[in-house]
Amino acid sequence: MTIRTKLLAGVMIAAGAAWLAPTAAVAQSKEVEVVHWWTSGGEAAGLSVLRKAVEAKGITWKDAPISGGGGAQAMTVLQARLAAKNPPTATQGLGFDIQDFAAEGVLANLNGVADKEGWDKVIPAALQRFSKYKGQWVAAPVNVHSTNWVWANKAVLEKAGVTAMPANFDEFVAALDKVKAAGLIPLAHGGQPWQDATIFDSILLSVGNDFYKKSMIDLDPAALGSADMKTAFERMAKLRTYVDANFPGREWNLASAMVIKGDAAFQIMGDWAKGEFLAAGKVPGKDFVCFRFPGTQGTVTFNADQFAMFKVGADKQEAQAVLASSILDPAFQSAFNVKKGSVPARTDVSDKDFDDCGKKGMKDLAEASAKGTLFGSMAHGHASPAAVKNAIYDVVTRHFNGQLDTAKAVAELPKAVAAAK
Amino acid sequence: MTVTTTAPIATPERAGSRAEWLQAALPKLVLAPSFAGILIFVYGFILFTFYLSLTPSRFMPVYEATGFDAYGRLFNQPNWWVALTNLGIFGSLYILICIALGLLLAILIDQKVRGEGILRPIYLYPMALSFIVTGTAWKWFLNPGLGLEKTINAWGWTSFKFGWLVDNDMAIYTVVIAGVWQASGFVMAMFLAGLRGVDGEILKAAQIDGASTVNVYRRIVIPILRPVFLSAFIVLAHMAIKSYDLVIALTGGGPGNATELPSTFMYSYTFTRKQMAVGSASAIIMLMTISAVIVPYLYSELREKSR
Repeated sequence: MTIRTKLLAGVMIAAGAAWLAPTAAVAQSKEVEVVHWWTSGGEAAGLSVLRKAVEAKGITWKDAPISGGGGAQAMTVLQARLAAKNPPTATQGLGFDIQDFAAEGVLANLNGVADKEGWDKVIPAALQRFSKYKGQWVAAPVNVHSTNWVWANKAVLEKAGVTAMPANFDEFVAALDKVKAAGLIPLAHGGQPWQDATIFDSILLSVGNDFYKKSMIDLDPAALGSADMKTAFERMAKLRTYVDANFPGREWNLASAMVIKGDAAFQIMGDWAKGEFLAAGKVPGKDFVCFRFPGTQGTVTFNADQFAMFKVGADKQEAQAVLASSILDPAFQSAFNVKKGSVPARTDVSDKDFDDCGKKGMKDLAEASAKGTLFGSMAHGHASPAAVKNAIYDVVTRHFNGQLDTAKAVAELPKAVAAAK
Repeated sequence: MTVTTTAPIATPERAGSRAEWLQAALPKLVLAPSFAGILIFVYGFILFTFYLSLTPSRFMPVYEATGFDAYGRLFNQPNWWVALTNLGIFGSLYILICIALGLLLAILIDQKVRGEGILRPIYLYPMALSFIVTGTAWKWFLNPGLGLEKTINAWGWTSFKFGWLVDNDMAIYTVVIAGVWQASGFVMAMFLAGLRGVDGEILKAAQIDGASTVNVYRRIVIPILRPVFLSAFIVLAHMAIKSYDLVIALTGGGPGNATELPSTFMYSYTFTRKQMAVGSASAIIMLMTISAVIVPYLYSELREKSR
């Protein structure tokens, strides 16, 4: 045993100790990285409420915003980060996207937090369908948007002589005719496939709840090519005649602006449109009115923003659990949704801070959930997976833009869905 | 001075051979990293994409090849046929008009006009803009409720109509307009460079023989410009096939799906519609389309060199 070997052994032991040291005690990383696409006014304001709540618990919020409505760009980024095994803590996610992530086995198990806080009891079952994968909580729902709303400018309706809100499709047509006769644009619409599909959602519901479920959720080929579907496309074609010529490519918020400014009477759009009206200083009930798409009262089509939680290292799980718990905190749910225009994802939140449209939205949601008439929105990826959704988009938008007539659209829809399945 | 003989000579000789070796190897050494990079990130990923097109990949890549199923699905998509038809219309018009307009501009500027130094950059400038900017600007300009039509109506010509942007059948031509506006100046610059390379002696000789200007251009100058035509064609053809941002900014693929191109099809199927295999198949078809154009060109070029 020379001095040299002793020295060598000493160095080796020291190196070994240095190597082992970090694993002996897992240093808790107090940071959450959140990918989202809430970059516009009301959305960003709502998100900052969550950020403050999380930061108040001593956790650093690393913001990873990826602009681009609907999250298509964010999905590309996430695909790349997952492929590189570098997932963020959480991402904003919609419907089937969450299920797709879960099927890849990249999402965390939130059952610990969920059981402790009783998520199962307060979140509607229709929502749980997307927040859970094989009985395991993988995402924390933030809000529920409902998509079968109509927004109308009260002054324009008075000018056109529309006194009562239409209760069925025929009355709606009559109201649209009156506005047309008064020389204004009856229906403000943006010509993008998802906006065409948003109208289509409401029209399918107005034809029948069972029909909506059979065609869009069960994707039953018979229902997709049925006489009811023909009625739906005929109604689409009818609504097309009330839209101004300049609609292709228009953003939804510009269509809302047409109603706000009094150039147009109605817009068929989800409740995020309310944010535009409020931002323009309009008061619900006084300047504008909100009502369910004629013939769909008592039924709600929804899409819900959720935060899907990725599988992260043991050091980050604590912060992740805090984030999840903060999202489902009733105070946050109320504060966020007042700002965002949507309604809380849990049904036990007080509606005292919400305006008329918000109160109505919460009441409708609770009712529909109890009656079993709460359906995922096809247009917003909560009825069928992305491939099928886009196949339906294709047919609907081509029909709405006059590239397919009604007979062809009815014939092509089942084929397009079958090809995408 | 006969003291220094053998020793000093030996060292420079060895250094000289090392320097020579370095000189010979340096280009290869410098090129090696980029060569490896291109090999992996271009050709490697082409192969990867081809492999993906043989799998049933949807949301994330799956690595089990099942055959040419995705190609069958691809050619069963009405969208893909719309995209191919649009590429045919857009590609042929874009290339033809750009070359015709570029040549015309180049010939006119070549007539020793005053202020050529100012004119040239003015025509070339659109090329400096990105396709997104071009697309957005033309979207505003061609929108009937916002741009050209509204302005002319406001000036008093109230029956004027120009609604191509919102018309299913005409929207693809607005993409041609914006594309031509962007690229024809660049083609002009290529032709101008070619024209400046034409030997003045030949032109003088032709003039002495009594040839008219038109004939001089038709019989002598334009045939001499043949290589420029080819380069312009190659540049424009690949730009037509890969143009994505222009369509996205200008029409977003609409109205309906009236301005879908293979490039927009590929992106949406791969990344937003979760049909990665079909998207990869469309990318491979696009690659084959480009190859069908480029390979005969390269072949003819190489054959000429070796002759």
